[in-house]
Amino acid sequence: MKKALSFILALSMVVSLTACGNAATSDSAAEGTEAAATTEAADGTTFKIGGIGPVTGGAAVYGLAVKNGAQIAIDEINAAGGVNGAQLEFNFQDDEHDAEKSVNAYNTLKDWNMQMLMGTVTSTPCIAVAQESNNDQIFQLTPSGSSVPCVQYDNAFRICFSDPNQGLKSAQYIGENGLASKVAVIYDSSDVYSSGIYEKFVEESKNQNIEVVAAEAFTADSKTDFTVQLQKAKDAGAELVFLPIYYSEAALILAQANTMGFAPQFFGCDGLDGILTVENFDTKLAENVMLLTPFAADATDDLTKKFVETYKSKFNETPNQFAADAYDAIYTIKAALEEAKATPDMNAQDLCEVLKTAMTTITIDGLTGEGMSWTADGEVNKAPKAVKIVNGVYTAM
Amino acid sequence: MNKTTKSNFITYGMVIAAYVIMQILVGTGSVSSLLKGLLVPLCIYVVLALSLNLTVGIMGELSLGHAGFMCVGAFSSAVFSVVTVDTITNVAVRFTLAIIIGAIVAAIFGIILGIPVLRLRGDYLAIVTLAFGEIVKNFINVVYLGIDKNGFHFSMKDSVSLNMEEGSKVIINGAQGITGTPKNATFTIGIVIILISLFVILNLINSRSGRAIMAIRDNRIAAESVGINITKYKLMAFTISASIAGVAGVLYAHNLSTLTALPKNFGYNMSIMILVFVVLGGIGNMRGSIIAAVLLTLLPELLRGLNDYRMLIYAIVLIVMMLFNWSPKAREFRDKYSLKRLFSKKNAQKEEA
Amino acid sequence: MSFISYLINGISLGSIYALIALGYTMVYGIAKMLNFAHGDIIMIGGFTLFVVMNTLGLPPLVAVLIAIAICTALGVIIEKVAYKPLRQASPLAVLITAIGVSYLLQNVALLIFGANTKLFTSVVTVPAISLAEGQINISGETTVTIIASIIIMIGLMLFIKKSKAGQAMLAVSEDKGAAELMGINVNATITLTFAIGSALAAIAGALLCSAYPTLTPYTGAMPGIKAFVAAVFGGIGSIPGAFIGGILLGIIENLSKAYISSQMADAIVFAVLIVVLLVKPTGILGKKINEKV
Repeated sequence: MKKALSFILALSMVVSLTACGNAATSDSAAEGTEAAATTEAADGTTFKIGGIGPVTGGAAVYGLAVKNGAQIAIDEINAAGGVNGAQLEFNFQDDEHDAEKSVNAYNTLKDWNMQMLMGTVTSTPCIAVAQESNNDQIFQLTPSGSSVPCVQYDNAFRICFSDPNQGLKSAQYIGENGLASKVAVIYDSSDVYSSGIYEKFVEESKNQNIEVVAAEAFTADSKTDFTVQLQKAKDAGAELVFLPIYYSEAALILAQANTMGFAPQFFGCDGLDGILTVENFDTKLAENVMLLTPFAADATDDLTKKFVETYKSKFNETPNQFAADAYDAIYTIKAALEEAKATPDMNAQDLCEVLKTAMTTITIDGLTGEGMSWTADGEVNKAPKAVKIVNGVYTAM
Repeated sequence: MNKTTKSNFITYGMVIAAYVIMQILVGTGSVSSLLKGLLVPLCIYVVLALSLNLTVGIMGELSLGHAGFMCVGAFSSAVFSVVTVDTITNVAVRFTLAIIIGAIVAAIFGIILGIPVLRLRGDYLAIVTLAFGEIVKNFINVVYLGIDKNGFHFSMKDSVSLNMEEGSKVIINGAQGITGTPKNATFTIGIVIILISLFVILNLINSRSGRAIMAIRDNRIAAESVGINITKYKLMAFTISASIAGVAGVLYAHNLSTLTALPKNFGYNMSIMILVFVVLGGIGNMRGSIIAAVLLTLLPELLRGLNDYRMLIYAIVLIVMMLFNWSPKAREFRDKYSLKRLFSKKNAQKEEA
Repeated sequence: MSFISYLINGISLGSIYALIALGYTMVYGIAKMLNFAHGDIIMIGGFTLFVVMNTLGLPPLVAVLIAIAICTALGVIIEKVAYKPLRQASPLAVLITAIGVSYLLQNVALLIFGANTKLFTSVVTVPAISLAEGQINISGETTVTIIASIIIMIGLMLFIKKSKAGQAMLAVSEDKGAAELMGINVNATITLTFAIGSALAAIAGALLCSAYPTLTPYTGAMPGIKAFVAAVFGGIGSIPGAFIGGILLGIIENLSKAYISSQMADAIVFAVLIVVLLVKPTGILGKKINEKV
């Protein structure tokens, strides 16, 4: 009896495995034919762009923003006639902010015959995927993967600043403008982005005659109570608190500092952008906060206005910097494709080759910077904008 | 050949058959990139499920810190590989050494943790192992380790305070972890490790020691009264379990080019995920663990077509599977309509005829 | 002076843990199961409050009552659908189902409310207390949370000691089979336990989100685990133990952040937990288990 059961179990395992194999292959085959059908319908003219980022799990807010921002750009481009006469197709896969799941998502997109990749959103998965995309020679443009090794291969580029670059720029800005001589830092020691900025900031602060009087960390597991970190900053006499973190934690920090009656100058990086759009946030708390950000949702230029309007009407939210990065990423891909005079019948490897060269020659005016250009090492050249929150809105400094 | 041996051979056979079939499919090019990429992770989760099943099923204690053992295995072996990547050029030798190092380091941690805590029981042991896993994760996130010609430099502040000379290499960079681990883990190695783990565990179960361990599980006081050394046998099972988890960590580290200790991959979430495999597959049932680990790892990937609803459906499927597998009513229902019974009915009819 | 500040902040963090731990320990003590979905019921309570107060514009007290009603109903439904069929199965099976329920609640909330952080308006209107010329501040939320957890703790203890339903709970926790033979409706008693536990979760949600005003679908997960640790710390199943465990956990966490290392605070908290359990294997106020052969 037991034997029969075991046999059935064993059989079911083998069947399930092969079934999965078959299902997956037939899936991709089905999609392949479907795609072929659409390309035929459109006379062989769709570019397939894949996207990867967390749309579930704790980091979902960033992935969803990128997905939505990119979708707006795709829709606009397609409505305006596409790229080189070809329409764009976009497929965004979830990675739950996990390197392994991200590689799975990448492989899923490969089965979909992705020609170039807009992703991934977060740094750690981005490094893992960059390794794979480099092996396959598929062009990769990350909107927001900011840690250094994200673009270590020649096929990978990014829209955002690198972490050390932000730390450097922040320290320089504070030093050159004489904002403060005693600085406290509150950072997330379990986060790649935050610790990357922190490290470079501390290194550069020595050159800028800034004294880091308190460097306090928190982790992903204890990010509700910041009173101790703030108290230590206060006791150390910090005039400025540097926050290289994301806005949801920063909102808590500002609220708790307010309760404590601690009012130093707060200074943040691009992760702080979005703080004014947190639903129900009392913008008075963020009064006088300074941040270096390439994007401001309430900027008055036409491009930003149009983007924010479309985003709000479609997704019922104010876009943050991630959405803007993604929007720019899609337009950057468009510009590079046009520069390279690429056609959709090229395979991913050929596209990668021509796009690599095209990336270093194009210049783009986007939401996150004017005159953005790229070097062959994947880094972007653009100027960070320092803004200050006055009366609940960003004001250029 | 007795029943257990036969059952064990079926388990081995199942793994080998799955390997052969996959290899043929890969060879003929009829496997999607997704599945090809999933082969090594599948092996990792199967090994983890086997390892935890030894603790939960055979030893009868709940561990919520297996991700911690996986983590120490992963980081110790990754440090070794990154350091020796230029000096030991033979991949097979280097990776074998890495696996051994991962296993030994995890085993050492198993002993260190096991000696004091194994006298705790039930949920208290579970919470202590959970605490261990979280401590490991938290610690790894603040470690900075570098190497230059003067040897290793260690710091818990930042990479600048490593004070290294020119031409140095930062190996563990705090929360940014280790990057550039060579991608040495392959499906074949994964299968070999599954088979070795199975061999170790199944042999342990059917040995004198294994019977002692299970006797402790079933009735600790009775076992003690017949002179079984409780601490020794428990520690033995726990250490073996830890070192197998460490090997799974080695595979994990050498499958991705980046290794960071995030809550997602080495936190209690991962420990619970492994526990889900074990419980769904049947506590103490190694073959069940293998099947459950494979199915539950594939499930979210196969649900990708559902987009935003993917994890929602996954949660529902998990609950339904648990109810179907464990509720007494569902068991009754299954027994009534199971294939087994249908077959036996047919046989009975045949015999009558 | 700063030490007192750290201590008070620790107590205010700890009072939140204590409040959540009370619900945890209640369910564990009676139903003998770790309800991993408890933290997510707290999150649902938070979102209910958010919707009722900000979208419907009702006053905080009404909102809290509605949240209690919804969470209680949710707790009872979850118990009926997901846990009751497994009453005879291994406790581990129920644990895994609870994890499934936890994923389910998180993903439902993600689909309905989105992933963006929402800022919660405090339901507490008690003013902050300022001592020593403003050097020490005790927020209104802290005062309310501490008072609420003490009232709930005493209330629960009285309920279990004095009321008939409470005695039935105690009997069920001691021996399900014997309780049934004595004419106690075991199923109804366990359902009642879940109803009370979930109502407590709603209150905890209101105060958690008032004290730390960000709300996402994952808000409940980490405080849930911390509260579980607190419950074990104090001796799981013991109601005063949960309170003490919660407060101690908060104090240890904040003092280690302040005086040892803010990076290693989590590790230190867990290390202290391990040491306490090694010295006193059933937690601070845990009952000694008598073993029978």
